[in-house]
Amino acid sequence: METTAEPAVHMSGIVKDFPGVRALDGAGLRLDPGEVHALLGENGAGKSTLIKVLTGVHPPDGGRISIGGRPADIAGPLDAERNGIATVYQEVNLCPNLSVAENILLGREPRGRFGISPRRMNRRAAELATGLELDLDVTRALGDYPIAVQQLVSILRAIDLDARVLVLDEPTSSLDRDEVRILFDLVERLRSRGVAILFVTHFLDQVYELCQRMTVLRNGRLVGEFATAELDQRALIGHMLGEQAGELDRVEERAHREAPPPGTEPLLRARGLGRSGGIAPYDLDIAPGRIVGLAGLLGSGRTEAARLLFGADRPDTGGVHVDGRPVPLRTPRAAIAAGLAYCSEDRKAEGLVADLSIADNLLLAMQAARGWMRPLPAKTRSELVERYIRALRIRPAAPDTPAGSLSGGNQQKVLLGRWLIMQPRLLILDEPTRGIDVGAKAEVQRLVAAQAQEGTAVLFISSELEEVLRLSHRVVVLRDRRVVNALDNEGDLDMDRVLAEIAEGGAQ
Amino acid sequence: MTPPSTLPGLSVALSRTRELAERRRRFIPVSMAGLVLVLLFAAGSARYTGFLEPQVALNLLVNNAFLIVLAVGVTFVILAGGIDLSTGSVLALSAMICAWLLREGWPPVLVIPAALLSGVVLGAAQGCIIHFYGVQPFIATLGGMFFARGLCYLISTESIPITDPLFGALAQTRIPLPGGTSLSVGAVVALAVAGAAAYVLHRTRFGRSVYAVGGSESSAMLMGLAVGRVKVGVYTVSGFCAALGGVLYTFYIASGNSLHGLGMELDAIAAVVIGGTLLTGGFGYVLGSVVGVLTLGTIQTILVFEGTLSSWWTKIVAGALLLVFILLQRALAPRSAR
Repeated sequence: METTAEPAVHMSGIVKDFPGVRALDGAGLRLDPGEVHALLGENGAGKSTLIKVLTGVHPPDGGRISIGGRPADIAGPLDAERNGIATVYQEVNLCPNLSVAENILLGREPRGRFGISPRRMNRRAAELATGLELDLDVTRALGDYPIAVQQLVSILRAIDLDARVLVLDEPTSSLDRDEVRILFDLVERLRSRGVAILFVTHFLDQVYELCQRMTVLRNGRLVGEFATAELDQRALIGHMLGEQAGELDRVEERAHREAPPPGTEPLLRARGLGRSGGIAPYDLDIAPGRIVGLAGLLGSGRTEAARLLFGADRPDTGGVHVDGRPVPLRTPRAAIAAGLAYCSEDRKAEGLVADLSIADNLLLAMQAARGWMRPLPAKTRSELVERYIRALRIRPAAPDTPAGSLSGGNQQKVLLGRWLIMQPRLLILDEPTRGIDVGAKAEVQRLVAAQAQEGTAVLFISSELEEVLRLSHRVVVLRDRRVVNALDNEGDLDMDRVLAEIAEGGAQ
Repeated sequence: MTPPSTLPGLSVALSRTRELAERRRRFIPVSMAGLVLVLLFAAGSARYTGFLEPQVALNLLVNNAFLIVLAVGVTFVILAGGIDLSTGSVLALSAMICAWLLREGWPPVLVIPAALLSGVVLGAAQGCIIHFYGVQPFIATLGGMFFARGLCYLISTESIPITDPLFGALAQTRIPLPGGTSLSVGAVVALAVAGAAAYVLHRTRFGRSVYAVGGSESSAMLMGLAVGRVKVGVYTVSGFCAALGGVLYTFYIASGNSLHGLGMELDAIAAVVIGGTLLTGGFGYVLGSVVGVLTLGTIQTILVFEGTLSSWWTKIVAGALLLVFILLQRALAPRSAR
């Protein structure tokens, strides 16, 4: 398509160095008005960094940026806003303690005779919300609303800036299906008004649904720019991964070929385990070497079920047997002592210590289990760290890198490594692949399958049904905080069957 | 279970009340503080004759004017998610500067601005250290606390009496109110400061940014707010308020002494917390801090009326109240923050 209009944003040859790492090395992007454009790449490919250069969070070390045809030098987030660039991040970056109206208008509040006028502010915010067909009480505290609504509020804020460029950085990763729909409607309305929208996501289906063109990055370099209509998903993944494509298929083969015979004595047996307000009493058996998947919608009680097993929440009813003996799993400490490991879904808040190095993060759980009085010998430490960094393919492979500076996928691998070092007998993984890209996903899945093969029992929780089906020997379906069914998977369980259970299972 | 159909009106009313309570949750701590104050007052009036005089209530303002000003300043800092341990020492320094410069023969109209300036400079310096060097507020203001206290001793290790006629007049002047009651100049200044602070916090961009930074500093930065200006600003405000508190303190005590205001920074923080401001920042009101100071003052007044009790009971009751209020805040905190 030939357009005479200037591109809304044109970035070329962007270079960005961090201490010890070149995050961007000749990355670029061209964004036209009135298009939804996807920015794609593996974790660590430099998508986030490129966006942060555009939004002024990180000043670039080289390259050119022009906005609306004019060269621009974006000095900070405020400067980006002045250039008409608004950003909505994956994590909602608003203030939960302030009202919705304030969150939309903070920094440019309408003023009356006596300073800021709350009345006018509420009216203006309400107008904006109704203009986009959102039903919101703008006077309520933002924190009272679910994350999805907060996400929409951050878009409202962006729109009020009269943004010509809207950057959506993984906006859908914490939304359910209906909420994604509302978001997409909003995006489509904005696009038709001529706003240029840059959309970053790991959900390739959403890319094909929403975007006209896409830009692919790999290892901080620009791979190319493609029209969505002219590149199918398979080829796209190939561009994103380079030579590693095909790994996903191999994972699947292996996981099922090596499945142990069913009927092995269960390692863990839960009977009538439940907690009011969390999850209705449920039974669960997991045998060594088996992967049990928990499937269900967000909020169906998957995490709650896992937390009971691990002693992170106290059960009201029921109990757990390990190796046929009753074990009171009242605290995570007791669960760890019994050979359980729990990899949390919220890796930032509950898992990774961002300021510590990769090595320290890897060894944290092992050191805690030994007790702080008995430090690991330096030699053992470095051997273990070396081995797991290599086995997990953590990049950068420098043990001293602060964990907080890693990309999402690599952070997840460090977290996984922390528990693998412990040689757990049962590994509980809560959303281990959330927010990480295809390549890293394949690696995490490969690790999980390999771990099971070595005899570890695995409880695998994921929102991505496909992934659950690919890995699990048995799929437990949850709905409305209840276990509704458990299905054996010999590699022949199909998605429709599970979807039906999720949708209607247990309905009476 | 569905509610009985005979009472649809009641269930509607109930749900509406719940809705209202949910929406007004942020006002609960400050209302609780007000309720405690009223209860304490009621208890005092029931027990002692002469407690319910209007002048007794007004004397709370008169006797605690400096602490109100201090607490108002600290409210800014705590709302923005910080802490200020230097206010007691800055108060002492400001009082010391007043006494010293007056003895040196400076005119009072220059002495007071000089004292206030000392607080502004110290506060701004602490704010800069915290913002630009990323030093923990606790440590930076602990340093400020020792620094200001040390300066006091540098000026004089002895108490310096204040004999200036203007200071005397300001201390003595009473502003008459209806009903034969009156307020001191200090109390009026304290109320004006509280009013101004409430205006700044709720009606100016700086004030709203204080709340935003307290709610989430990284979000505030990404929203394009001037986080640095806010952080340096709140410590400057707190330094100014502490210095102003020092000037009011000299009206009250008529001397400069290196030992003035020992531990007063903690009284101010306690008053702010009892007044319902969340120590983690982002929630709270200046009104609450004033109520907090008055609550501490009421406890003290009750002890005076009681006559035989040790004055340390003030600390014991204040400590208990503090714990109760912190537990209350915990219970009301948004689910995600727990």
